[in-house]
Amino acid sequence: MTTDPAHTSPLSLTVPEPEFRPGDKPDYSTTPIPRAGTVRRPEVDEDPEQFRELAYTIIRVLNRKGEAVGPWAGLVDDEMALTGLKDMMKVRAFDARMLMAQRQGKTSFYMQCLGEEAIACAFEKALRPGDMNFPTYRQQGLLISGGYPIVDMMNQIYSNERDPLNGRQLPIMYSSKEHGFFSISGNLGTQYPQAVGWAMASAISGDTKVAAGWIGDGSTAESDFHAALVFASTYKAPVVLNIVNNQWAISTFQGIAKGGSGTFAARGHGFGIPALRVDGNDYLAVYAVAKWAVERARRNLGPTVVEYVTYRVGGHSTSDDPAAYRPKEESDVWPLGDPIERLKNYLVGRGLWSEDRHTQYKAEVEAEILAAQKEAEEHGTLHAGGKPSVRDMFEGVYKEMPPHLRRQRQRAGV
Amino acid sequence: MARMTMIESIRSAMHVAMDRDEKVVVFGEDVGYFGGVFRCTQGLQQTFGKNRCFDAPINESGIVGAAIGMAAYGLRPCVEIQFADYVYPAYDQIVSEAARLRYRSNGDFTAPITIRMPTGGGIFGGQTHSQSPEALFTHVSGLKVVVPSNPRDAKGLLIAAIEDDDPVIFLEPKRLYNGPFDGHHDKPVTPWSKHELGEVDEGHFTVPLGKAVTRREGSQVTILAYGTMVHVAEAAVAETGIDGEIVDLRTLLPLDLDAIVASVRKTGRCVVVHEATLTSGYGAELAALVQEHCFYSLEAPVQRVAGWDTPYPHAQEWDYFPGPRRVAEALTTVMEDV
Ligand SMILES: Cc1ncc(C[n+]2csc(CCOP(=O)(O)OP(=O)(O)O)c2C)c(N)n1
Ligand SMILES: [Mg+2]
Repeated sequence: MTTDPAHTSPLSLTVPEPEFRPGDKPDYSTTPIPRAGTVRRPEVDEDPEQFRELAYTIIRVLNRKGEAVGPWAGLVDDEMALTGLKDMMKVRAFDARMLMAQRQGKTSFYMQCLGEEAIACAFEKALRPGDMNFPTYRQQGLLISGGYPIVDMMNQIYSNERDPLNGRQLPIMYSSKEHGFFSISGNLGTQYPQAVGWAMASAISGDTKVAAGWIGDGSTAESDFHAALVFASTYKAPVVLNIVNNQWAISTFQGIAKGGSGTFAARGHGFGIPALRVDGNDYLAVYAVAKWAVERARRNLGPTVVEYVTYRVGGHSTSDDPAAYRPKEESDVWPLGDPIERLKNYLVGRGLWSEDRHTQYKAEVEAEILAAQKEAEEHGTLHAGGKPSVRDMFEGVYKEMPPHLRRQRQRAGV
Repeated sequence: MARMTMIESIRSAMHVAMDRDEKVVVFGEDVGYFGGVFRCTQGLQQTFGKNRCFDAPINESGIVGAAIGMAAYGLRPCVEIQFADYVYPAYDQIVSEAARLRYRSNGDFTAPITIRMPTGGGIFGGQTHSQSPEALFTHVSGLKVVVPSNPRDAKGLLIAAIEDDDPVIFLEPKRLYNGPFDGHHDKPVTPWSKHELGEVDEGHFTVPLGKAVTRREGSQVTILAYGTMVHVAEAAVAETGIDGEIVDLRTLLPLDLDAIVASVRKTGRCVVVHEATLTSGYGAELAALVQEHCFYSLEAPVQRVAGWDTPYPHAQEWDYFPGPRRVAEALTTVMEDV
């Protein structure tokens, strides 16, 4: 150690702050958003060194006029686009109903994905049966677009007598192996390395299946995120590592997790993993990128990090009021628009959909959700009607109940 | 004196500690601008600036690791883990580092940090918002472990924890934040404003670590409890009419063994109550100590009331929670045995 008189001025701590807080007028007009269709599409087997810039831009397909443009366009046919719109509308109607049910005291907790519907709905279409998602609590779209019964989701949310998880889990922490949906934890980040492990197992076994890990912007700060990337990189695991950047982690803006790195996608580069950054509110772009990354995994070319740029329009959960930490108008001026509106405009432009059809379908899907809700409520809600058995509380801790639990169950008198 | 909820008294403790000592810094997930998901740090950033109260990235290991580094420098960090259920990524930093730093460096470096975390169930939080992991910390040499049961103690204990020169795990029973919950979930909870212990000194005071308090004097049986279970025990005593003496441990480590021994020698019977799972829980330590120190005074085997040895369920929350009925059963049993 030496004494260097040149460096004696006091240090100071940097704590990043979001651009806008309550009371500010949010304005993103100067935020650079690349025009749709302007980002190139590499071949999946191209040397990743050649497309590093894709981690810093935003891949977009739908332009302002609702047209699909550029090299990432053309992958979604009309039928699929229509299905995509309906899936997203169903997710939104489902969320609205369940949010209301929570407010009515029919369950304890709910989390919606308002504004983020395109991501899970389109990604699901890029997978094959047998592939496995390791989702977070905001990917209900995977289940809904994958055809999982809405009633069973509600039964889980209500913790009622038909709850597939017997009332053990917090609402929305679904699980369905059959639908490629790994049991949701609740501890952030833990499932990211698990996705990599699942993918490694597929490779070890000489299988053809791939896995998808899911994480939020805030949770990329967890050590498990980095553990997943190093394993994926070392073993070239057939996995797509999805980062849903909805700008917020409860009250904490994305800059706290991102720090000085350019983008979340760019974190992949530090591990030698190629990374793409995509408009998460553009169904067509999400599908195109998902398909590209899934194909890369399937062809044994290794992992891909994908960052979806989106915005969490609602509160973090039913326990949260975002007005306390961000301007109310922020979601309105958010520059990437609404995923449902954007796909709708595209379909209207192609003559496949209309305002009337949209209104009509919205009513139809709401009726479908309502009917499912009625059916679910016949089997109970959290505090009324049919419940999972108390006896079941002791089951499933182990494959076979050890004597001490048997004794406790006896003591409980159930 | 002012009326405070436990949230307000915890906030007041940090405010007082930060005001008195500029080395005290507060950080954790969502604790800065927003003031924490339970609002315990509300206003601290506005008052003391972003240098001393700020948001952390979601990385519990990083939060505790950074706190240890700051403490080694000479600061006194008081960090928040959003829920005790999320402390596990930090477990290595706590167990292998904070707890042993003084010992392994022979006092060259120390870790005077306080790690606050909401604990316990009763809010339909399912398995990831309900756990009581105190035994995972009392089992580790070098840590102090505190669990307050009311606003007044919470403030005094938290200031004592921040001022303490060793790492302190400070577990806040979240079901007590707004009122003295006694396990009767179907009845409205009285707010702290109506409770004597909701009256809290606004200034600086401490409740020493390692000192239990007798919440209720009694002659027939000693009930050892902490946190939420103190209030559940009060309900059970009232409902059974058994003259129980309720000892609120407040600090699990260091433990006030003298208070325990004096009470059990007087009553001759003992029931140990906690919300955490039974097997290898802190109650096992208590029962063993009572057996070692009070064997010849005991008229009946020590009873334990605890959470069942399962993950904390969602739907069956009140069948899981060791409420007044289960405590009453244990009281009845311990009184029957001669
Ligand atoms: C290990 C862990 N730490 C903290 C939490 C509490 N928590 C739940 S969600 C959340 C924010 C997550 O934000 P992000 O990853 O951006 O996902 P988003 O909610 O925006 O989808 C936090 C801090 C948790 N569930 N697990
Ligand atoms: Mg987020």
